[in-house]
Amino acid sequence: MSRRYLTIWFRHLTADQLAIRRPELKGKPFVLAAAERGRMVVKACSGAASAKGIEPGMVVADTRAIFPNVEVLDDNPLRAEKLLRALAEWCLRYTPVVAIDLPDGLILDISGCAHLWGGESPYLKEIQTRLRSAGYEVRAAVADTVGSSWAISRFGQISPITPPGMHADAILQLPPAALRLESGVLARLQKLGLYRIASFINMPRTALRRRFGTDLLARLDQALGTAPEQIDPVQPVVPFQERLPCLEPIRTATGIEIALRHLLETLCQRMFREGKGLRKSLFRGYRIDGEVQQIEIGTNQPVRNIEHLFKLFQLKISTIRPALGIELFILEAPVVEDLSVQQESLWAVSNQEHTAIAGLLDRIAGRFGIAAIHRYLPDEHYWPERSIREASCLQEKPAIAWPDDQPRPVCLLPKPERIQVTSPIPDYPPMLFIYKDQIHKIRKADGPERIEREWWIEQGLVRDYYRVEDEQGARYWVFRSGRYDDHEPEWFIHGFFA
Amino acid sequence: MEEAVNKKELIKKLRQDILAMQGFRAVLDHDRRDTGLGPLEHAFPNETFPVAAVHEFISPTVADAAATTGFMAGLMGHLMQQDGTCLWVGTERQLFPPGLKAFGLDPDRIIFVDLRWDRDVLWAVEEALKCEKLTVVVAELKEINLTESRRLQLAVEKSRVTGFLHRRNPRKIDNIACVSRWQITPIASNLQYGLPGVGYPCWNVDLQKVRNGKPGKWQLQWSAGQFNHLIPATVDKQKIFIPQAV
Repeated sequence: MSRRYLTIWFRHLTADQLAIRRPELKGKPFVLAAAERGRMVVKACSGAASAKGIEPGMVVADTRAIFPNVEVLDDNPLRAEKLLRALAEWCLRYTPVVAIDLPDGLILDISGCAHLWGGESPYLKEIQTRLRSAGYEVRAAVADTVGSSWAISRFGQISPITPPGMHADAILQLPPAALRLESGVLARLQKLGLYRIASFINMPRTALRRRFGTDLLARLDQALGTAPEQIDPVQPVVPFQERLPCLEPIRTATGIEIALRHLLETLCQRMFREGKGLRKSLFRGYRIDGEVQQIEIGTNQPVRNIEHLFKLFQLKISTIRPALGIELFILEAPVVEDLSVQQESLWAVSNQEHTAIAGLLDRIAGRFGIAAIHRYLPDEHYWPERSIREASCLQEKPAIAWPDDQPRPVCLLPKPERIQVTSPIPDYPPMLFIYKDQIHKIRKADGPERIEREWWIEQGLVRDYYRVEDEQGARYWVFRSGRYDDHEPEWFIHGFFA
Repeated sequence: MEEAVNKKELIKKLRQDILAMQGFRAVLDHDRRDTGLGPLEHAFPNETFPVAAVHEFISPTVADAAATTGFMAGLMGHLMQQDGTCLWVGTERQLFPPGLKAFGLDPDRIIFVDLRWDRDVLWAVEEALKCEKLTVVVAELKEINLTESRRLQLAVEKSRVTGFLHRRNPRKIDNIACVSRWQITPIASNLQYGLPGVGYPCWNVDLQKVRNGKPGKWQLQWSAGQFNHLIPATVDKQKIFIPQAV
């Protein structure tokens, strides 16, 4: 079956939204501007402003010259994306696959959806009318490919709906800008007098590639449908979701627990069939007054044990406020991972032990956050701060053996601290050092162990580490930063040996 | 004569009963784990290092804390053997995992939990001590009171997990419900034949308190992957300053 795409173009997206929010701006010429290289540049303009000849990209001073009464408002660069996302979610009522097309468009995959509205024409009309009545100035087009529908929605003059198979003909009379090309390529096409797509579409491909680069060919292929174009749907379909509507509103903690257990059972059964386990889960309660109550849990490893998940949720059930009652419960698992029936063992401990420990860690993470838990593996760096890396999960085993050829302290300061030293001769360990106003006279010393800074990661001085023991018997790890002859040497304490 | 023997037997049995009531079960073979402490083990009841117990370590200074960490790591290496897992809970952790390898402990078998407050540490430690599948739980904190420590002790008596409470620079040292209280201080390492360099880690191990045992002081050295007792005479001969325990 051929695919059909609908592209919506919001001509004045952010300006329209501002006019919706502030009705006094409606119909007035105003621009949204932001500072760019020391001048105010127009980022978006309202319909009335563009009718006066104001365009995005102009300097505000120029627009004032054209039209002195224009109102200038601040632009928020993130507003467009946020707004498009919201509009895309609204469009999910028309098709399950909606992608946002920055900076000002939406792409809907409408294959097999339009007949529910009685054909493509009423379907398109419905969407356009609803968006226009909301206050957005939109143009939309339906065609077989994303590229052609994009082109027709922006530049099309004849009909917004291109019948199946006709998209190649429909774009012939459009300007090259309809192919979503870079400005450099467009300027070159303009210079050569290629004002319509028809004028170069039949040229040999090698010639086009040589003169305009591969981008033009790729865009052409996408518009014609010979090359696939991926769109990134705005809301990935949540596969693991269970719903439980209630006949009577639920108001008690016991009731919520029963609902939760019921949902967990169905969800876990399904995860068991598909060999999955959840890493993150949301439990929502829709109250009869329209509010949504939500609790969320995360786990350290994929889990589908009902009791365990229930315990994690139970810690948070008290935060749900049922008020007049909850009429619908939804349990979602947005993050799931493969969980084989036979778990791999961790550090040669049996399966059961592993589960018990992971359960404990989940409880700790539920209370203090997952960021509180760490486990480290050796990394292939000599630089002490980089010699360990965090393990991504409980099962991960060290890829290399823990190095034990050089002595390393058991306690390491988070940041080396400056010390004052007296050292007799260059390249010798110090005789004494002062750390936190205390003088440590050094009796024994070992070193130096020179550790070079990894120049491909960062620039800086080398470190010469010494292991020293003071008269109390305490052992320290101190280093001199930089080579002796290049710099005034600076000494630091970095760790404590047992 | 026979009566006296009976009395001895009776007293021995009563002692065992008292120990059992205080949470020391009769020692079974699988409970008797080699800690490598050698003669030091005579200080403990039944001459066995109490595994299902909470041990308190006091470190007034940073250098002491490093020595204590080393000593604990050596003990943990023996207790965890090949298959144990350790949970290390604390605030302001300074532990550098690669440094533990020298004490026979694979740093990747330790799971660290870094929290902000002592009360969070206590909650996490109590939960961890209830988890039977862990071998050792280390808690680094500053203050703990009798009630809190009692809860931990009750948890380990059920789960048979070993707990180490490492108190760094505590404000006051009061009686808490731990089986033992240790203070480890570093002492100068000794090198043979006047060789240059720094020798093996040496500690003054001060077992200040042990329930139903005999407190004492020892000097240990960690070398060749195990604890070795230093003979005090050799240390004295080198005229090395040995700090007196507080």
